[in-house]
Amino acid sequence: MDSTRESEPTLMKNKATVERKSERELVVTRTVDGPARIVFEAWTKPELLERWWAPKSFPISLLSCETDVRVGGRYRLVFGYEGSTMEFFGRYLEVTPHSRLVWTNDEGDDGGTVTTVTFEDTGGKTLLVVHDLYPSKEALDDAIASGSTSGMPEALEQLDELLVTLGASEGRS
Amino acid sequence: MVQYASGRLDASFAALSDATRRGVLERLGRADASITDLAVTFHMTLTGMRKHVGVLEQAELVTTEKVGRVRTCRLGPRRLEEETAWIERYRHLWDSRLDELDKVVEELKRKEKVDGLNARE
Repeated sequence: MDSTRESEPTLMKNKATVERKSERELVVTRTVDGPARIVFEAWTKPELLERWWAPKSFPISLLSCETDVRVGGRYRLVFGYEGSTMEFFGRYLEVTPHSRLVWTNDEGDDGGTVTTVTFEDTGGKTLLVVHDLYPSKEALDDAIASGSTSGMPEALEQLDELLVTLGASEGRS
Repeated sequence: MVQYASGRLDASFAALSDATRRGVLERLGRADASITDLAVTFHMTLTGMRKHVGVLEQAELVTTEKVGRVRTCRLGPRRLEEETAWIERYRHLWDSRLDELDKVVEELKRKEKVDGLNARE
């Protein structure tokens, strides 16, 4: 369709994989073209994190982003969508520069989903693994059934709407 | 780029986007039911329920079988694929998110290079 995409590295497009590793675990894996030192920086500096956490292609905006990246430090992300806001917050359990971040997700009712991100430097590239451990099988089942995630429940619901709209406008295939 | 949103997934998402239809799936997860049963359970007209079941049938989430005058509904072959569809949406979120991260990392790498050159002067 669009032939002008010189800024995109089309040859080596990295794709994320998502796997339900167990009844309570969901794992996202992807390689990022950059050393772990830099990728880690992009995950921990709020002014950088806020530039990519809410993808531009999603109908949400990140209104504020506070991260106090040290063990016991808190984070708080506020998203906006059509006039309403939603908050995600928790605290960092582990901070190991350039290799490991662990935080809690305290906004949900069930509470207790723990996210572990590991950064593995593989010669200038970084293998990124985002691991969500839910408090119970039921909690992950519920998240899936309700279309929510530990990260952005409403965003995914909105994605649903977007897909429905796109499907409708494209016509039946 | 791989187009992840196939027509099949679209049908699933559209079918699952409605609260009544999700309720019907939940109900059929417990036991098969006739359209009349479902209409009563969800306080709907037969016509309204037939429409909902039709959407679910198209998405292969429900199959129906007419025996005599009664059309019985049960969960279809796509039942187990609900999780797959959800995981696909979740993957799409992360792909989009990490595509943006790539841009930030690219910029930091460039900046570091320039800073490094300047520092050596």
